[in-house]
Amino acid sequence: MFTMLKLRSGKNMEIPKNFLGYKRENGRVGTRNHVIILPVDDISNACAEAVANNIKGTIALPHSYGRLQFGADLDLHFRTMIGTGKNPNVAAVIVIGIEPKWTKRIVDEIAKTGKPVEGFHIERTGDIGTIMNASKKAQEFAMWASEKQREECPLSDLWISVKCGESDTTSGLAANPTVGNLMDKLEPLGVHLCFGETSELTGAEKVCAMRGATPEASKKFMKTWSDYNDFILKEATDDLSDSQPTAGNIAGGLTTIEEKAFGNFQKIGNCKFIDVLEPAEEPTKGKGLYFMDTSSAAAECITLQAAAGFNIHLFPTGQGNIVGNPIEPVVKLTANPLTVKGMGEHIDCDVSKILSREMTMSQAGDELIKSMIRVANGRLTCAEALGHKEFVMTKLYRSA
Amino acid sequence: MATDIIIHDEKDNVGVVVIDKIVPQQECSCWIMENDKTTKIQSINEIQLGHKIAMVDLNEGDTILKYGHDIGKVVKSIKKGEHVHVHNVKTKKW
Repeated sequence: MFTMLKLRSGKNMEIPKNFLGYKRENGRVGTRNHVIILPVDDISNACAEAVANNIKGTIALPHSYGRLQFGADLDLHFRTMIGTGKNPNVAAVIVIGIEPKWTKRIVDEIAKTGKPVEGFHIERTGDIGTIMNASKKAQEFAMWASEKQREECPLSDLWISVKCGESDTTSGLAANPTVGNLMDKLEPLGVHLCFGETSELTGAEKVCAMRGATPEASKKFMKTWSDYNDFILKEATDDLSDSQPTAGNIAGGLTTIEEKAFGNFQKIGNCKFIDVLEPAEEPTKGKGLYFMDTSSAAAECITLQAAAGFNIHLFPTGQGNIVGNPIEPVVKLTANPLTVKGMGEHIDCDVSKILSREMTMSQAGDELIKSMIRVANGRLTCAEALGHKEFVMTKLYRSA
Repeated sequence: MATDIIIHDEKDNVGVVVIDKIVPQQECSCWIMENDKTTKIQSINEIQLGHKIAMVDLNEGDTILKYGHDIGKVVKSIKKGEHVHVHNVKTKKW
C-alpha cells in the first residue's frame, strides 16, 4: 500500500505550541469573534439581513429551510442551527424565527454555552418591529464582543476540519497528503480533527474502514458508507458520470470515483478515526480524528463541520474551489501550478513545488501548519477577504 | 533531472503528468513516490498536466492500479505510453 514514509526525510520545523484565540464561557476557544444573526427559517432571512445591515460587526446567516421539516431531517436542522450558534468562533447570537416555539428551542440550547443569546419572533410584531427590537440587542452584543481580546491558548484548542474540492490528480499527489502530513504532526498534540465526504470515499471504503481505531468505529463507518451508497444507487438514473467525478475533476485528469476517493483519503495521513459522527454532531470522545457522515458538496460539508464545533478548516483544491464559510475560516491550499497562476487570490498556501520535487511533503506540511496558525491568530483567509460566506444547510428529504 | 511523471506506488500501471504537458514521442522521466525509484517511458499522445499515462499495455477488462489500489476497469485497450482517461477507463462502482 502507498505510504508517505519515503517523503518524510529532512528536518522538521519546531511546531508552535500556542496560538491567539478567544476564550469562551464554556472553555472552548474561538479563532474568530463573530456576532451572528441566525434566522430559524427561510422567511426570517429578510429580517435577519436587515438587522445585520443596521448593526456593524454582525453577520446574518440566511438559508433556505426550516419550515415543515420532520423526523431526522428536522433533527438535523435543529442540530445545525444550534451547533452554529454554539461554535466558539461565535461570541454572541441573535436568533430570529417566524414563531416563538422553534426560536426558543434554539435559543435555550445555545444559552447552555453561557454566551449571550436572545431570540425574537416575527408573528404579532411584523418585520419592522422585530428588526427594531433585534437591532437594539444586536448593537449591545456587537459592542460587548468588540472588547474581547485574543489570549494565548494551547494548539490543542484547535478543532480542525478538512474537506477537499474541485480536486484533480494534483490533490491526491500533493495537496491532500500535505493535509495528511499536518494531521500526523498535530494529532499527538491533542487537537480535534474531522474528515467527511461519505460518497467520495467510494472505492476506498474498505481501506478507510481499516483506519477505525476500534472495531466499533470501523463497523460504524462501513454502515454509514453503505447506507449512503444505497441511497445514491436508489436515486441514480445513470452511472453518475456527469456528477462524480465532476466536470472539473475530469478536466483535471481524475477518471473515476475510485481514483478520486483514494486521493481524498490521503488527507488523513496515517491517523486512525476514533468515532463516526452524524452530520453536525459534536464529538464527545475527546481529542483525535473523527469521521463525519456528510455530503461531498463543499459548502454543505463545511457548514456541518462548523456546526459540530470545528473552529478552523483546511481545504485542499486542485482546479480551484473558492468556497468559504461565515463562521469557520477556510484555509485553502493547492499543488496545481496553473491554479496558483490563474486564481492565486483564492490560495492561502501554495504547495505546487511538491510536483517539481523542490519541496518535500514534510516541508509542505510545515508550511500549512504556519499558514493555519496565522489564520487562527486572526489573519484573514483569502475566502474571508473575498467575502465568501457560504452557509448551506443539508436537507435529507422533502418536507411534509 | 526534472520529473515529468509521478507514480504513486510501485504496483501502479499508470503515472500522472506533472509538467504543463508532454508531447508525442517524448522520453519522459518518471519518479515513483513510494520507493523513490526512477524509470523512463516514451509517450504516444500529447498529455496535459494532471492527466494519466499508461506505464504498460492494457487490455479491455484489466484493472487500473493507482495508489497501489483498484481505481477502475479498462473499457478500450490502451498501449504503453497512451493517455488514460474517461475514453478508455470506467468506474467499477455505480
